[in-house]
Amino acid sequence: MQAADDGPDGSRATAARARIGLVLCLVYVLLYAGFMGLVLLRPQWLATRPFGGVNLAIAYGLGLIVAALVLALMYMAACRFVDRRTGG
Amino acid sequence: MLHETSLTAILIFAAFVLGVVGLSFQLGRKGQTARGYYAAHGEIHWFVNGIAFAGDYLSAASFLGICGMIAFTGYDGFLYSIGFLAGWIVALFVIAEPIKALGRFTFADALDSRFNSRAIKLAVAISTLVVSIFYLIPQMVGAGSLITPLLGLPHSAGVLLVGVAVTLIVVTAGMVSTTWVQFIKGSLLVFFCGVLTVLILQRGLVVNAGGPADAEPVPQVRTVRPDGSVLVDGRPQTRDHDLRPVGTVRTLPAAYAGKTETGPLGPLAYLRALEDSTLVTWAAKKHTDDAGVHTTYTPVERRGAELLVPGGGMFKGLTTGRLADRLDFASLMLALFCGTASLPHILIRYYTVKDGAAARKSTVVGIAAIGAFYVLTLFLGLGAMTSGALDPTDTNMAAPLLAKSFSNTLFAVISAIAFTTVLGTVSGLIMAGSGAVAHDLLENVCGIAMTDHEKVRAGKIAAVGLGVVAMALGILFRNFNVSFLVGWAFNIAASANLPALVMLLFWPRTTKQGIVAAVVAGMTASLAWILLSADTFEKVYGLSREASLVPFSQPGLVTIPLGFVVLVVVSLLTPAPARR
Repeated sequence: MQAADDGPDGSRATAARARIGLVLCLVYVLLYAGFMGLVLLRPQWLATRPFGGVNLAIAYGLGLIVAALVLALMYMAACRFVDRRTGG
Repeated sequence: MLHETSLTAILIFAAFVLGVVGLSFQLGRKGQTARGYYAAHGEIHWFVNGIAFAGDYLSAASFLGICGMIAFTGYDGFLYSIGFLAGWIVALFVIAEPIKALGRFTFADALDSRFNSRAIKLAVAISTLVVSIFYLIPQMVGAGSLITPLLGLPHSAGVLLVGVAVTLIVVTAGMVSTTWVQFIKGSLLVFFCGVLTVLILQRGLVVNAGGPADAEPVPQVRTVRPDGSVLVDGRPQTRDHDLRPVGTVRTLPAAYAGKTETGPLGPLAYLRALEDSTLVTWAAKKHTDDAGVHTTYTPVERRGAELLVPGGGMFKGLTTGRLADRLDFASLMLALFCGTASLPHILIRYYTVKDGAAARKSTVVGIAAIGAFYVLTLFLGLGAMTSGALDPTDTNMAAPLLAKSFSNTLFAVISAIAFTTVLGTVSGLIMAGSGAVAHDLLENVCGIAMTDHEKVRAGKIAAVGLGVVAMALGILFRNFNVSFLVGWAFNIAASANLPALVMLLFWPRTTKQGIVAAVVAGMTASLAWILLSADTFEKVYGLSREASLVPFSQPGLVTIPLGFVVLVVVSLLTPAPARR
């Protein structure tokens, strides 16, 4: 992949950031796909209360929104680390 | 139901419109160069841009539509919130920095950055206009539909008011004024949704809110006679004899035995209590005879737990086991995931910040604001569901009526904000469209040489033209159910734009012919699929769903992969681009 090799602007920092972005994107895709899989294939599981509080549908749905923000903040921190290491 | 006009709401809305138009004139000198007009000189602070993302993205459909869906059908409405937010992940991790590095004013600039191809500019300009117009129509019709119950003015007044205000905002300072309008709108929207949520949690759950605790819900009938007059339970509808507001808690969880209210609850305790309560929802059934169209609203007692899982409302098909219904749902969720990062009016916002780092930071702020908003919509929708204030005839009024159950002033504020949500989104769409017409089509495709001043003038003329078109479409489509057009816009954007953008960034073998073919194939295939779908047969043509020619209504599951396949095949069949 171009981004993994040299990045759109040719810098190593850009390539590293793009790689981190793709990995985190993949993590979220798996979380999102897991949710979709439950809705489509095991909807009855979503009515259960695995954590003793709200049901899995609510917990997973809110979790996806929170996970987006957590991954976004991780990405920011990782990009800052990469920029500091490479002087980018 | 007949809603009282709120003078306070009109005054607040008027103050907002005058304020933002005045601000736009103040900022006017900053939009006098092409870079200022189209990209705000790339000088917008990342935090402001992040909140402006929220103001751009959170349309009336997000605010009123999702609250209404949750209030009337429970969890199914929240699935839209999840899908709409998930799309921002693609925007942040894949698109944000490269699009800032590649483009200048428009989405076509980015896709064409390596090729200098008129065909790419033409294809992408057309796709930008198609997506923007499909997105624009429901906004304008929504403005007209909202203004009557919220501000007491006729439909056309809402459309004209929004059209004129937005055209003025865009023409005075282009992206500079558009950004600030979206920033103000985004801030107000998230803040007041937060205020409403705090009030909902403070109130907790109340048995038969708004009426006596032991009141028995009884069916009610609304009749629209051939002459247009309305009867309620057989008598003319008046303010004193109207449909009763609906949406109540019938019984509280066992822990509150003997009580009629829970008192203040924390967010998770609220959701738990609601799950263990019994609620009264209302089923609507229509029949027509010589006396008119009768809609009977019948109370249905349901356990809260039934309403807090998918499949209870518009995604009922998930529980029937039909494969087509499941594929339809999966396709919609895929389009929401892929569509956000392909919407031209969102993408052009990346050109307003100074560099890739600012683009990244502003997306994170956008995700925080938009994510917070979508969490709040869950509480707003459920709060409305149990407020005893819902209008059974109008799901869009759920959020304003929820506010009214607390105070008339809050109703006025939320009504004014609901209406101003339209301004922020429409101004972004007009900006994206004016760039596609003036910068992509006139300057780059037709090759009309322009000075910097002339580029700005062309952009402003295009914005006025699009403003007029938007107003005309808003009035023309007033009697159509157009809410599904937003879904179309996401599907077309995801099918036409995302494959080309992603492959351009990550596959060096991508050719200009591949990009043009992917954009054209994605756009036409998704449009054709939509026009042949069961939803369109039923809602647009008035035909039977069974007559449709495609197996499910949402095209993304087929047309997004199709865009990638077409790009790869055409690129491999055409000469590889020279290595940079």
